[in-house]
Amino acid sequence: MDLTIQGLTHRYDAVEVLSDISLAIPSGRIVCIVGPSGCGKSTLLRMIGGLERPSAGQIMQLGDPPPDCLNPLTFVFQDFALLPWRTVAGNISLVLEDRAVSRQDRADRIADVLARTNLSDFAGALPRQLSGGMKQRVAIARALAVNPAVMLMDEPLSALDAQTRELLMDDLVGLWTRTPFTAVYVTHNLSEAVRLGHRIVVLSRRPGRIREVVGIDTPLDARDATDPELARAQDHLWHLMREEARAADAELAHG
Amino acid sequence: MADPRPVPFRGGGFRPVQKRGVGLLVFILLIAIVEWGTRAGWISSLTLPRPSDVARTLIDLWQSGLLFQHVLPSLSRLAVGSAMGVTAGIGIGVLIGLFSLARAGLVPLVAALFPIPKIALLPLFVIWFGIDEGSKYALIALGTFTPTVVATFGAVDNVDRTLIRMGQSFGLPWLSIVTKIVLPGALPGILSGMRISLSIGIILLVAAEMLGAQYGIGAYILEAGSLYDLERLFAGVVILSALGVVLSWAISRIEARMLRWRS
Repeated sequence: MDLTIQGLTHRYDAVEVLSDISLAIPSGRIVCIVGPSGCGKSTLLRMIGGLERPSAGQIMQLGDPPPDCLNPLTFVFQDFALLPWRTVAGNISLVLEDRAVSRQDRADRIADVLARTNLSDFAGALPRQLSGGMKQRVAIARALAVNPAVMLMDEPLSALDAQTRELLMDDLVGLWTRTPFTAVYVTHNLSEAVRLGHRIVVLSRRPGRIREVVGIDTPLDARDATDPELARAQDHLWHLMREEARAADAELAHG
Repeated sequence: MADPRPVPFRGGGFRPVQKRGVGLLVFILLIAIVEWGTRAGWISSLTLPRPSDVARTLIDLWQSGLLFQHVLPSLSRLAVGSAMGVTAGIGIGVLIGLFSLARAGLVPLVAALFPIPKIALLPLFVIWFGIDEGSKYALIALGTFTPTVVATFGAVDNVDRTLIRMGQSFGLPWLSIVTKIVLPGALPGILSGMRISLSIGIILLVAAEMLGAQYGIGAYILEAGSLYDLERLFAGVVILSALGVVLSWAISRIEARMLRWRS
């Protein structure tokens, strides 16, 4: 299933936050969206996922989601959004309970995603017992459990420390390499974008417009921190963003 | 080179730690002082009764079976009245928390009901619901209702919105979002509201029983008061305090069981 965004514009009252965004999200690819803070990238993601309505323009689905997909557009949130009163398995079960899934199938799906995210030993743990990295693994497992057509990841690694972030990036690359998934990945971290993105969309500061779309052809599992091509791409992205970021930083917060 | 000195410690404090038995010690100390004072004579028997006499009165009450004759009706009034008030309060509070229309319509009403001294309405309740149990249930129910409503909708408002967004983003039906995310998330606030409403329930119980009840702790205290029988008056007060402590302990137990997920 592909997604296309056509002429999307959004205003909060009189303030325009997103301006004329048109973008294609092809199946099986990770599209990263980067931009200075306040450029509306998280708002854009919520609109792609149908949690917010744009003022103008539309988001179209092309083709049908795969037949065993329970929730085509599935989010992974920055702050994990795990229910603290449910165990790891219970948090994953939550998103399957209201679906036409047999008890056995539900248990199988939970076991499967826990195994894929190396969480099988923690099925009975409560979120408060887990580190930040583990919590985000649970949230990723929960997203995988519904077999999403597109994963919408809203700065999923921003709440984690640098080492954990590296580990989780490796995990995501591993997950994608085994079974390629479609994702829109919002981040302000350029090294995450060049590690995980097949396409990197650079937004300007408010109102967010697409400044450039950078494609990186190196396969995900062949990318590493010493790769000069990635370093060049990251440098290019920073060059695009630098002035925008500085200007955005100097702006007064709006109302 | 100056002499090396240890860096002075400036942290610590501002962190309550559990101290076992101190509360009990304060009780015992106070009672011991009163006992000593009444025996030595610098507290007159008109000011305070001797604690040992109060204890003897309690034992007599127990042995004569009168204790249960007074406590059981009181407990059942408190149970029925507060069950009605708390149930309705949680229901209305959740409605206010979930629906803007209910909020707009009911919050002013609750704000208007809250400060009314419910005791002032007792004569009215006697006419509406009869001099029997009905008016007592109604008084306790109304008294526990308003604080429960306020605590409940506050608790629903405070449920983490990102969890609700998460539920929506996974396509959970509305009812599941309410029962699996909103209600468990509001439970801590609802339980701490119940502490307050049950204490108010005890106060109103006594007030209701002072007007037209043959048995009940309130009736017992009123009778002792009008005879200026301080031992029995204080015996009644001790029973009420004990009731408050037991209820508070019971809620702590419920919290410990149901909120185990909190750190």
